[in-house]
Amino acid sequence: MRYLPLSADDRGQMLAAIGVDSVDDLYRDVPAGGRLTSPIELPGHTGEIEVERALTSMAARNTPAGGAPSFLGGGIYRHFVPAAVDHLIQRGEFLTAYTPYQPEVSQGTLQYLFEFQTQVALLTGCDVANASMYDGATACAEAVIMAGRITKRKKAVVSGALHPHYAAVTATSTEFLGLELVTPNPDLTGEEDLSAMIGGDTACVVVQNPDFFGRVRDLTALADACHAQGALLVVVVTEIVALGLIKSPGEMGADIVAGEGQSLGNALNFGGPTVGLMATRQKFVRQLPGRLVGQTTDVDGQRGFVLTLSTREQHIRRDKATSNICTNSGLCALAFTIHLTMLGEVGLRKMAALNHAGAMRLAERLAGMAGVEVLNESFFNEFTVRLSKPASGVVDALAEKGVFAGVPVSRLLPDAEQLLLVAVTELNSDDDMDRLVNELEEALR
Amino acid sequence: MSAPETYTGNRGLQMEEPLIFEADSPGLCGVDFPDADITSDRLGGVKREGDIGLPGMAEPQVVRHYLRLSQKNYSIDAGFYPLGSCTMKHNPRLNEKLARLPGFAGLHPLQPETTTQGALELIDATAHWLSVLTGLPGVAMSPAAGAHGEFAGLMTIRAALEDRGDARKRVLVPESAHGTNPASAHACGYAVESIPANDRGRVDLDAFRAALDTDVAALMLTNPNTCGLFEDEIIEIAEAVHEAGAFFYCDGANFNAIVGRVRPGDLGIDCMHINLHKTFSTPHGGGGPGSGPVVLSEALTPYAPVPYVVRDGNRFRLIEDEGASDAKPFGRIKGFHGQFGVFVRALAYMMSLGADGLKQVAEDAVLNANYLMASLEDVLSAPFAGPCMHEVLFDDRFLADSGVSTLDFAKAMIDEGFHPMTMYFPLVVHGALLMEPTETESKAALDSFIGTVRSLAEKAKAGDAELFHEAPHLTPRRRLDETAAARKPVLRWLPPED
Amino acid sequence: MADVKYTKEHEWVRVEGDIGTIGITDHAQEQLGDMVFIELPDVGKTVDQGDEIAVIESVKAASEVYAPIGGEVVEVNEALGDEPAKVNSDPMGEGWIFKIKIADSAQLDGLLDEAAYKELAEGDA
Repeated sequence: MRYLPLSADDRGQMLAAIGVDSVDDLYRDVPAGGRLTSPIELPGHTGEIEVERALTSMAARNTPAGGAPSFLGGGIYRHFVPAAVDHLIQRGEFLTAYTPYQPEVSQGTLQYLFEFQTQVALLTGCDVANASMYDGATACAEAVIMAGRITKRKKAVVSGALHPHYAAVTATSTEFLGLELVTPNPDLTGEEDLSAMIGGDTACVVVQNPDFFGRVRDLTALADACHAQGALLVVVVTEIVALGLIKSPGEMGADIVAGEGQSLGNALNFGGPTVGLMATRQKFVRQLPGRLVGQTTDVDGQRGFVLTLSTREQHIRRDKATSNICTNSGLCALAFTIHLTMLGEVGLRKMAALNHAGAMRLAERLAGMAGVEVLNESFFNEFTVRLSKPASGVVDALAEKGVFAGVPVSRLLPDAEQLLLVAVTELNSDDDMDRLVNELEEALR
Repeated sequence: MSAPETYTGNRGLQMEEPLIFEADSPGLCGVDFPDADITSDRLGGVKREGDIGLPGMAEPQVVRHYLRLSQKNYSIDAGFYPLGSCTMKHNPRLNEKLARLPGFAGLHPLQPETTTQGALELIDATAHWLSVLTGLPGVAMSPAAGAHGEFAGLMTIRAALEDRGDARKRVLVPESAHGTNPASAHACGYAVESIPANDRGRVDLDAFRAALDTDVAALMLTNPNTCGLFEDEIIEIAEAVHEAGAFFYCDGANFNAIVGRVRPGDLGIDCMHINLHKTFSTPHGGGGPGSGPVVLSEALTPYAPVPYVVRDGNRFRLIEDEGASDAKPFGRIKGFHGQFGVFVRALAYMMSLGADGLKQVAEDAVLNANYLMASLEDVLSAPFAGPCMHEVLFDDRFLADSGVSTLDFAKAMIDEGFHPMTMYFPLVVHGALLMEPTETESKAALDSFIGTVRSLAEKAKAGDAELFHEAPHLTPRRRLDETAAARKPVLRWLPPED
Repeated sequence: MADVKYTKEHEWVRVEGDIGTIGITDHAQEQLGDMVFIELPDVGKTVDQGDEIAVIESVKAASEVYAPIGGEVVEVNEALGDEPAKVNSDPMGEGWIFKIKIADSAQLDGLLDEAAYKELAEGDA
């Protein structure tokens, strides 16, 4: 068995050194009722060739959006990731390292996380960011819990245009923490006005920008309304590339930003693993969940980095910790930070502009079609259209022809039958758009 | 002779590396894009005005930067990583290759179900392996890591209890537990009650029985426990839990010791999370991503969170919506469908080893740990008698009056080319040193480690405390000032003030 | 000379009139190690004896400070925000944490005197 380096001879010598006859003796503390009496009913060990064959055949039973004209978004976006990113994250020193609890032998991980925190802070317009969360949805839930801790209030006003998975995860995660969530129904026609729902008992308002339907808005007035009542504004960003082109949440007055960083450096991966982002104001840093890397010096006075403020975490605080999160998304954060370093200021802005330009072109073409109504006034790279037929049927029909038209909103909000979310990135060519328009015309005829 | 100072600060192959922000070449970019023409926009009046502040670099600079950073890390690829309770085993590269197949990595989570049948089959197959290996019928695949699995498991228990009109208020957790256990119980709204250990390093059965009543929702027990011992009274414990109408939650972080040999379901366990990044070899990645599926008894299965996969003849379906489910899911804990990319790696690993190989994994892991114990117990001090399971616990009595602390001792391991063992955990013994060799270390690697520990123990006892206080000497950075870092946290780079 | 009393949880309270000044003992700071942050209570907050009222964080631990006596928080030691190390260097002087207007001075009777506390702390070490 290729992963096991002990030889039969080694095992014999080691048993002798321990002073037992067989390995069964080492399991003598297992009570009789817990011992297996027959072999486990699973296949035996398999060579690399066979395993590769079996999984490759499973992969072949999928039609990946990565290889087709795809307009899928809804929280996970297909972007161009430079080859250097995957090359670097597969270095064993990154891939097979543990959490950097021993700073002297982990300066590589600690330094890139410090750089990652800085990049996330810059993008979101916040003072500080943590070293990542599981994903955007769990980051959103943690942001609401954090706002409750800071304000010592128990109510959160949650936008109806928040990604439905984020809303569901937040509801589940706060269910037994005494927090009450208040959510208006999704409103596709007017601008949702949450400010009237804020009261003296409101811990925070949660709003997504661009929102689930793709709309972009200025949140400054909402931030002011929150602050006037002593509440915090939590802004969720599911498409981080948007921040290359639109004002950052911090600039608009956000107190906590929770985001999904998958768009940078990370493959679609059927939705996971991805990388949750979380940023806030300096004054709330001790309430920020998750790991944090800080700068310090070593005994020789040289700059170095350490995990810090760890007393907030579960391994010390146990049931009083800011969160039960332990493992996060280190390697996905590395992919994010390398990709963003490759892009830099110039590249990210260009990439964001390409996304927006493509989305504007497609929106214009779709708006001219019979049976399609573009609902957005504003958007970044994703917008919502109303079709003359149920969207899921149309999407299935186009998928048969090898085109992924987008996300039928009904998959996440069952009542929204005719709505389709359409996303455009730098990977969508004009040919892709031609295919979409032609196939849509036929499907809607 | 000590090495000379260098002009660059580099030490041969060991390079100093600035932050990306200090290496900024404004205007440079490592990705070429066509120009985008956006003279007009539809950004709702919130177009960004100022600069973001990101540094510019070309590709060669970027590659060199991260490569140099990588060289400042210890890794399981490079050496022995005896971190107790972390299961740092070899990460097979076949798994990385398969996770990157375009048919997996290129799948969007919201594609039509007809186009993702292979992925749903993979989730189902992974769940099947976990279910058979643990002897528990249900599997919730969406938890993102171990602690997330604890949360999912306890929420499932809570939902099951409430469904039978039996809301309870307390969760019992042994004092030796991972810190995530009480934190997760708290996140589910439970009060946590700590159960002491007995002098054999196991749960104190009398104290446990005294704390158990009909207000207890669950016992959270790690087995094998964090002292590296099998809870030999576990069947009595399970019976008592069930008699009180409570559920038995097992922290499966240490499953590596028993996989293929003991099925937790046979021990009376109702619910257990499995760290795929421990037992099933998916890479730790410097702190994630992990994956923490939860296996469930029949009574708990209906309450598992969405989404989940069901098999319908030859077709796989993904149940995503709580309303569309014919079970009673407690909710949703993660966006989309769980850590799919991690499942691919774990399944490739399980298939590679098979039922026989996984049993051998457990046996070799336990053999390696007992070999360490037998080879070190005369120079170190073991608080509990063996046999141990896959990790061996020592305390700091062997350092008494030496002026050397557990921390000092562990740091001295670094100069010898080893990653330190887990220190000061579990909390039930003084100055704990917890060593987990895993099954992927050879006897030669163990012998080298044993020789090193013995030599250091002798030096410590001989009064060479200074050597230890100053350690490590040979790393890119030496001991770092954690107090200064925590008092005035500097958590990001800021441009120098002019 | 003001009257100083101690708790089993290693807090001290110095009583002057109806005001009690509260901090942690030298023994406690020694056990906890270098202080990095003190989470102070809000002035005006009313607490019962034994309530969790502040949190002290050292590099290696975080622990609660319990109110040795009930009453209203009338002042907190803002200087600890910048210099938490004062709790280490002068725990019973400049390292005081907060002051309480004592609601019921009879509660003081249940606390330890210096000799009793010393005995407790020695048994602890």
